[in-house]
Amino acid sequence: MAEENKKFEPKNKEELKTAVQETRPGPVFIPQVDIFEDVNQVTLLADMPGVNNENISVDLEDDQLTIRGTVKEPENKDEIVISREYNWENYFRKFTIGNIIDREKITAAISDGVLRLVLPKAEETKPIKISVNVG
Amino acid sequence: MNIIRWREKPWFEFDPFSEITKLKSDMDRLFGVVRSVTSHEPMFPKVFPALNLTHDEHNFYIRTELPGIKAESLDINTNGVSISIKGERIIQEEGENVSYHRSEREGGYFKRVLSLPAKIEPDKIEAKYKDGILTIVLPKATEAKPKKITVKAQ
Repeated sequence: MAEENKKFEPKNKEELKTAVQETRPGPVFIPQVDIFEDVNQVTLLADMPGVNNENISVDLEDDQLTIRGTVKEPENKDEIVISREYNWENYFRKFTIGNIIDREKITAAISDGVLRLVLPKAEETKPIKISVNVG
Repeated sequence: MNIIRWREKPWFEFDPFSEITKLKSDMDRLFGVVRSVTSHEPMFPKVFPALNLTHDEHNFYIRTELPGIKAESLDINTNGVSISIKGERIIQEEGENVSYHRSEREGGYFKRVLSLPAKIEPDKIEAKYKDGILTIVLPKATEAKPKKITVKAQ
């Protein structure tokens, strides 16, 4: 039951600090991710509120996986800010994938601001069970 | 301000500048507060979720980023003076045979109460959830809306 009563720990949005220059000025946020793998695939979940399937791009080049999401300004022009506790900006994150991925079978879906990226492992990299004969 | 007596501390621990250092940190804190109120730099709150509050002529707008939450699990209540947002974010189990490389996304309960700066129409509040962002539109009560006063030329 301890898990059920867990309170949400507030976390500040982390800004990307890198030499990579964005064409648009302003901060770029690092989405928080879960990455896990099983025998068949590597799955990546990324929190990217404000991003939908029209403004996300996922690239895999060699072993470099890049996730980029652009966020539209949510506020109307005539709105006046009373208090602001968070900023919205584009998301960017890059990973090195250790496994050999079957590129043809990569699937990506985004819903409610969470990206789910499934990277199936290539057949030749899957573990093969070798039976040892007793001789 | 306290007067520090000589004998309270041995001479080698006595810092004649401690009061000045304290004054400086107090001043920094004071200006830090003033600055964050006047500028639009976001102030990161110690509670979840972070809210942005804006308004225009007709409405107040509360926006908050809640990725991966079911809209029906959100519980929004108002008494006309304040509004409370309650919910839970569930990080689903991904099976037993997975090994995690990274686990940064967090789940859990949250509740946030916000005082409203002016009177609103509680019956006409609308809440939308899209792409992980919750937007609550609170129409201002007629008496809270700005009134245009025309000046008659004589």
